[in-house]
Amino acid sequence: MSSQVHDRYYVPHDSHWPIVGAIGLLITMVGVSTWFNGADVGFYVMILGILTLIGMVIGWFGTVIGENQSGVYNRQVDSSFRMGMFWFIFSEVMFFAAFFSALFYARNMSVPWLGGSSNNFFTNLLLWNGYESTWPTNGPGDVGGDFEVMQPFGLPLINTALLMTSSVTVTIAHHALIANHRGVLKFFLALTFLLGFAFVFLQAVEYVEAYEHMNLKLSTGIYGSTFFMLTGFHGVHVTLGAIILTVIWFRVMSGHFTPDRHFGFEAAAWYWHFVDVVWIGLYVFVYWM
Amino acid sequence: MTTAVADAAHHVEHGPAKGFSRWLFTTNHKDIGTMYLIFSLTMFFVGGTMALIVRSELAQPGLQFVHPEFFNQMTTMHALVMIFGAIMPAFVGLANWMVPLQIGAPDMALPRMNNWSFWILPVAFCMLLSTLFMPGGAPAGGWTMYPPLVLQTGDSFPFLIFSIHLMGLSSIMGAINIIVTIVNMRTPQMVLIRMPLFAWAWLITAYLLLAVMPVLAGAVTMLLTDQFFGTSFFLAAGGGDPVMYQHIFWFFGHPEVYIMILPAFGIVSEIIPTFSRKPLFGHDSMVYALAAIAFLSFIVWAHHMFTVGMPLSGQMFFMFATMMISVPTGVKIFNWASTMWRGAMTFETPMLFALAFVFLFTIGGFSGLMLALVPADIQYHDSYFVVAHFHYVLVPGSLFALMGAAYYWLPKWTGHMYNETAGKVHFWLSAIFVNVLFFPMHFLGLAGMPRRIPDYSTQFADFNMVATIGAFGFGLSQLIFVYVLLTCKKGPPATAEVWDHPKGLEWTVPSPAPYHTFAEPPKVDRTVAFPKDYD
Repeated sequence: MSSQVHDRYYVPHDSHWPIVGAIGLLITMVGVSTWFNGADVGFYVMILGILTLIGMVIGWFGTVIGENQSGVYNRQVDSSFRMGMFWFIFSEVMFFAAFFSALFYARNMSVPWLGGSSNNFFTNLLLWNGYESTWPTNGPGDVGGDFEVMQPFGLPLINTALLMTSSVTVTIAHHALIANHRGVLKFFLALTFLLGFAFVFLQAVEYVEAYEHMNLKLSTGIYGSTFFMLTGFHGVHVTLGAIILTVIWFRVMSGHFTPDRHFGFEAAAWYWHFVDVVWIGLYVFVYWM
Repeated sequence: MTTAVADAAHHVEHGPAKGFSRWLFTTNHKDIGTMYLIFSLTMFFVGGTMALIVRSELAQPGLQFVHPEFFNQMTTMHALVMIFGAIMPAFVGLANWMVPLQIGAPDMALPRMNNWSFWILPVAFCMLLSTLFMPGGAPAGGWTMYPPLVLQTGDSFPFLIFSIHLMGLSSIMGAINIIVTIVNMRTPQMVLIRMPLFAWAWLITAYLLLAVMPVLAGAVTMLLTDQFFGTSFFLAAGGGDPVMYQHIFWFFGHPEVYIMILPAFGIVSEIIPTFSRKPLFGHDSMVYALAAIAFLSFIVWAHHMFTVGMPLSGQMFFMFATMMISVPTGVKIFNWASTMWRGAMTFETPMLFALAFVFLFTIGGFSGLMLALVPADIQYHDSYFVVAHFHYVLVPGSLFALMGAAYYWLPKWTGHMYNETAGKVHFWLSAIFVNVLFFPMHFLGLAGMPRRIPDYSTQFADFNMVATIGAFGFGLSQLIFVYVLLTCKKGPPATAEVWDHPKGLEWTVPSPAPYHTFAEPPKVDRTVAFPKDYD
């Protein structure tokens, strides 16, 4: 009986999760907007919206996992999920590209121009007299006041090691899954998300250090802006990725995934490699060079 | 497991749910396509009303009807509503309806996400339109949201930014769905290159969306943090640059232009062969031309900002890259003309809209070529010539293609022929008034009338009055379209083919298309992407 259904593409019938998600987004966005406009109640509205969205994600993914375990997804559905995840990650890459472009534009164009390079001699002479272009900088207006530069070889290097290691451990876990070594899988997958959470913790330590002792803030000119926006969005993605891996670990513990069918695991692993690659870009261009 | 499997078998034959919950919870590509189309038509009239307010104020020199601040809100909101609320969702609605039918798929690949990406849109537009009633009014700094001007927006600022985020989220999910559907769900014998042009155009458009909507999200996020968290992305004192916003925005903005025209190319490539009773001339070259235009769209963005200041080498590069786009576009115009050459042509309403598209879009293309020239653009920039140019490509371009598509596939959707006389009246009034509306703007712009200003020198009075008459004529003509839609159910029943032997899988299913189609992948001829012997 099941073989007959497996030939067909599974088209789910009605679902209330999308509309719950849309309403959750409405509550969240209206809440955060009114909060930014100075109404404190907006903050609580936003929290309500986020809780709605979390409920939506749990309910929606729960449905999909249940359907998957019951065997209604054939290979073609599996391919849809794979392609969907791949192109979702691509869109995430483009999101980070916008912020990397801002960094490169500031470093190679706007800051040198403020310092008088190219044909901007008079800009420098008349508007920002005496400003010499350099990187890192908080601009000719010294926005945010004197600051210290985040050095690449302390915490950031440890964090790089943590993420690189976690990329290896998730691959070991994947190979263990394919070879059906569930014990190795469980251990290395747990190690992966623990390394991820350790990374997030150390990143938080670094932020506290920057804010309290280095006067390096989001408002520290273009250097602070690019530093915190790039590392901040990356940190959010690492947190999300670590949560996803944790969920996958619990699914492994309840016996989900087989050596030849484990898209949920692979999607999490792809996402993890994506945050890893973004980190390499960050480490090289934000911390190091 | 057995119950779930039995459930799944049952669901394949499932009809639409009863009542309003059908629309809230649906996963059916036809329902979702219909919702997209109705939403976009609603937004078309909302944005059109804003345009008429703008044209009323501009009918005569001096300030007559509205406060200048409100005038600026109207120009800004008109653009946002028309781009993100009318044109883009209309194309996504058509993709939802027609792509699975054209490629022989049972539904979109990710049906639940499909529903979500639709319902995010009304949410986004509730937020955007609510700004009209806020302290400080709606955003008034232009739809391009340039800093530092946009940072002076009042309470509506975060609502603007987050509504843009939501529209982007919706577009990204829609694009992922279309890509996965086309790549993974085509009926097995349909070779990719043989795929119908509308599906091809949408495949390429979806990649554009996926590449640039996140960049727009990044750009407006930087605006948000500059406003509320003290970042310096667009603040020269902090080492940033307002011009950087323009670069990031137009890296999104130029491909966005093609997001709004490539699906129109696809539609015209469907309609012209049907009513010329010939296969599309140069099918493969049409695909390559689409791909070439899409590629070039990523390397021309700075032609929107020639006057803002950039190195001479940059101006040269963006000028030549922009002019290169006319080569693949010329290929398309040539192929449409060649398709009609010696064809047994008839002129039903969809064909009239497609023909008007070919002529009038070409006018917009040529004025675009003029604007691409740096020395000329320095004169034309921010004048009504630019307004004339982009309205020619968007109104008799994108919108006419959408109207043509609606008439072309309406019998397939409803099972009834629409009122052909009303359709033709709609077309002719639209085609005449759209030129009365926009053609004088070329003269106004070349004579030096700036855009986005509620008052003007008296020398521009006559052509502005002409344009305003055209605007009201065009706007009122669109009510005929609503009449056609509302009376469609009374028309004679449509056959499965609807037209005279059109080619494509969508014409092999009955009219109206059943709730579920192609549960089993249909057989097609590998050389032409539809069953050769079905007629």
